[in-house]
Amino acid sequence: MDIYLVEALLNGLLLGGVLALLALGLNLIFGVIDVVWIAYAELVMCGMYVVYWLYGYYHWPLALAAVLAVLGVAFLGLLVHQLIIAPILGSPAINQLLATGGLLFFLQSFATLLFGTDFRNIGLRLPILEFADMSISFARLIAFGVAVLGAGALYAFLSKSFLGTAIRAIGQDREIVGLMGVDQRRIYLITSAIGGALAGLAACLLVLQYDVHPFIGLSFGPITFMICVLGGLGNMIGGFAAAFIMSEIISIGGFYFSQEIGEVLAFVVFIALIFVRPQGIFGRS
Amino acid sequence: MSPRARSFAGLAGLAVLAVLPWLSPSSYFLHIVILILLWGFIYTAWSLMGKFGLVSLGHGAFLGTGAYTAGLLWNFAGLTPWLGIPIGVALAVLLAVVIGYPCFRLKVVGHYFALVTLALAEVARLSIVAARDITGGSLGMTPNGVPTPSWIAIQFADKRYFYFLALGLWLFGLWVWRRVDASMASAALEAISEDEGAAASIGIHVTRQKLTVTIISAAMTALGGALYGQFVMYLNPDTLAGVGVSLQIVFAAIAGGMYSMLGPTVGAVLTIVLAEALRIWFGTTWIGAANTIYGILLVIFIIYMPRGIVGLIASRFPAQLLPARRPAL
Amino acid sequence: MLEIDNLSAAYGSFQALFGVTLRVDAGEAVGVIGPNGAGKTTLMRVISGLLPGRAGKLTFEGRSLDRVPAYRVVARGIAHVPENRRLFPKLTVEENLRIGAYMPQARKHFAERLGWVYELFPRLAERRSQLAGTMSGGEQQMCAIARALMSKPKLLLLDEPSAGLAPLVVQQVFDLVRKIRSEGFTVLIVEQNVQQLLELIDRAYLLEVGRIRLSGMAAELKANPFVRQAYLGL
Repeated sequence: MDIYLVEALLNGLLLGGVLALLALGLNLIFGVIDVVWIAYAELVMCGMYVVYWLYGYYHWPLALAAVLAVLGVAFLGLLVHQLIIAPILGSPAINQLLATGGLLFFLQSFATLLFGTDFRNIGLRLPILEFADMSISFARLIAFGVAVLGAGALYAFLSKSFLGTAIRAIGQDREIVGLMGVDQRRIYLITSAIGGALAGLAACLLVLQYDVHPFIGLSFGPITFMICVLGGLGNMIGGFAAAFIMSEIISIGGFYFSQEIGEVLAFVVFIALIFVRPQGIFGRS
Repeated sequence: MSPRARSFAGLAGLAVLAVLPWLSPSSYFLHIVILILLWGFIYTAWSLMGKFGLVSLGHGAFLGTGAYTAGLLWNFAGLTPWLGIPIGVALAVLLAVVIGYPCFRLKVVGHYFALVTLALAEVARLSIVAARDITGGSLGMTPNGVPTPSWIAIQFADKRYFYFLALGLWLFGLWVWRRVDASMASAALEAISEDEGAAASIGIHVTRQKLTVTIISAAMTALGGALYGQFVMYLNPDTLAGVGVSLQIVFAAIAGGMYSMLGPTVGAVLTIVLAEALRIWFGTTWIGAANTIYGILLVIFIIYMPRGIVGLIASRFPAQLLPARRPAL
Repeated sequence: MLEIDNLSAAYGSFQALFGVTLRVDAGEAVGVIGPNGAGKTTLMRVISGLLPGRAGKLTFEGRSLDRVPAYRVVARGIAHVPENRRLFPKLTVEENLRIGAYMPQARKHFAERLGWVYELFPRLAERRSQLAGTMSGGEQQMCAIARALMSKPKLLLLDEPSAGLAPLVVQQVFDLVRKIRSEGFTVLIVEQNVQQLLELIDRAYLLEVGRIRLSGMAAELKANPFVRQAYLGL
């Protein structure tokens, strides 16, 4: 096999890691609260800016900047739920979708207002690893590793802890959890914060590889939604798997044609697959 | 407002519109009005689907298809927009059917439908960017100018020609809205949006109804997009395709009030005037201020005024102004 | 222990309970019988906090339960086994039990309570890793009761535990409730299966169309001609 194809496959895998993290965050929120945060990628953008400013501009230690980014976006997630979602929890789903759409607008434009449209790079030059004629970006490798660790941590939390079990339960029967002492409102807030934290983590990983600008969310936001729908909205494991499927399609398409074609291909495959199985590949009917 | 008064108001409004070019204080003012009419037409087209719960986040795909088809055929084949635009519209309709038919047949609704349409908008935008050799990609493209204003090329120096074209289009859009609203299709779609299963059980052909309104909406949007391209003489994948413009359409239609005939147009007035006002006020130093405010407004509207401005006013004057309806929003 | 005085409750404009007065003392087993739609489940929901009462007093161990939301009622010591079991279908048996011990006080003793519950319900121990939604009706009922017991409640509310179960299984469920009672739990049971219920409880109330029509010791009700005719088919 062409070594460069293998390289593309490998890169696809690595890219998939971060996308999987994003998909997990979105699915978590959807599975528990039953809302899709259309502005999820924009939250990531905010996190990226935090790292850029703290590390790239003010030269604080990278680890500190990363932790603050994660906490910051977690807090942002809390705000999103409290201010935007909570007031319209009873409204039809499409209202909630559109409200977060407004948030998307707001975040993109506010970032433009504050930081302008320039592309900003944190200036961290991580080595490129040479391996059997393939060039693998070290940044990408780290991102993949951390993403998988993060996913693992999330899995452990959700399956083993009391809070995690409650979070999983509430999506299955909202009303009855109260009978076991679970405060629904609190769980929603915690879930939103975790979703935000995952976005913040993804932001740290992405900012290592890409420049940040107000509209960077459009580069991976729509793809993340496709991944979630393909894996079955709310299905964490399905989303996780779908992330790698989509990222491989993008990577291979990008290898044979161009980056954009790769993405178009992914979207087209998505649409086709939805028609084959409307609830998503791993969705429940 | 009594029906008599309403007809009178309508006629008076039409009269003003008919002579507006001569009343207009400046070329700039007329330019803004034309934009309002064009976008009002496009938002109205979207609302035909939106009001029945078919919330599409992908109308950018139809906009772009219409605009780029006409533009590319003109630039590369010298084909007059009078033919290029219908071809663009036909392509948009094809797209609508290719996506819509399976969606409706397979009961892809709600979140899933919205996200599928979002995917469509992105496919359109990315395809335009990917084909940068002929479309100019993210840098955009300009339809070839003609030395003298001509009807064949639909390019005029005098804005008044465009004004009447846009006015005609806008009125056409309102007429279509009226026809759909008064038709059986409207009642059927209402039923479908309330309870699809129940509607099907009483013999409503759900897929056909949904597809019909989607085709109409897509065709109109493509038409509006094509004419918009002709007017501003510049096409760009970010302004005519993709998630961004799709959301803009949704916002404006909802802000104005998508359950009424004039609501989307009110939305156009709101968004365009706001953008211009902010542009003038802040100049180019505060780029992004307009959309920042849109975003906040959209969130506020969804939470507190889901029926839009027209809906809010209508609730003060309930009779006649709004048909009695239980909306999804 | 539980004092309900002149309680009224409604769903929107539909009133379901009219001036209900009821009492449960510590250590008792009290039943509420009545036809469908009488308001029995509504009564349970008001007690456990799922539905706010409109008027009247509701006190538990001397403290008012008025306007207390469900998730805080549990902390007071009332556990409600809802109608239709309402297990979390995609969680395992053990995970369902874990949720039952969600409260901080219960969490501390999770391990020992789990052991105790598995002793009481050996069938559940066998199926601890099975998805709750895949179990039979009887097993689900056991699991639902076990889940409620994980919080070591002072008062156990059981809403139609025999609903949808085969007669043999109903017998098993009632035997189980007897066993639980013997461990010292106070129970308030709502049931349509009057025959079985009257064998189990000390006292009972008859609720019809939102009002208490009769009340008395089990023996009295068993002998009551109206009850015999309408509910015991005699």
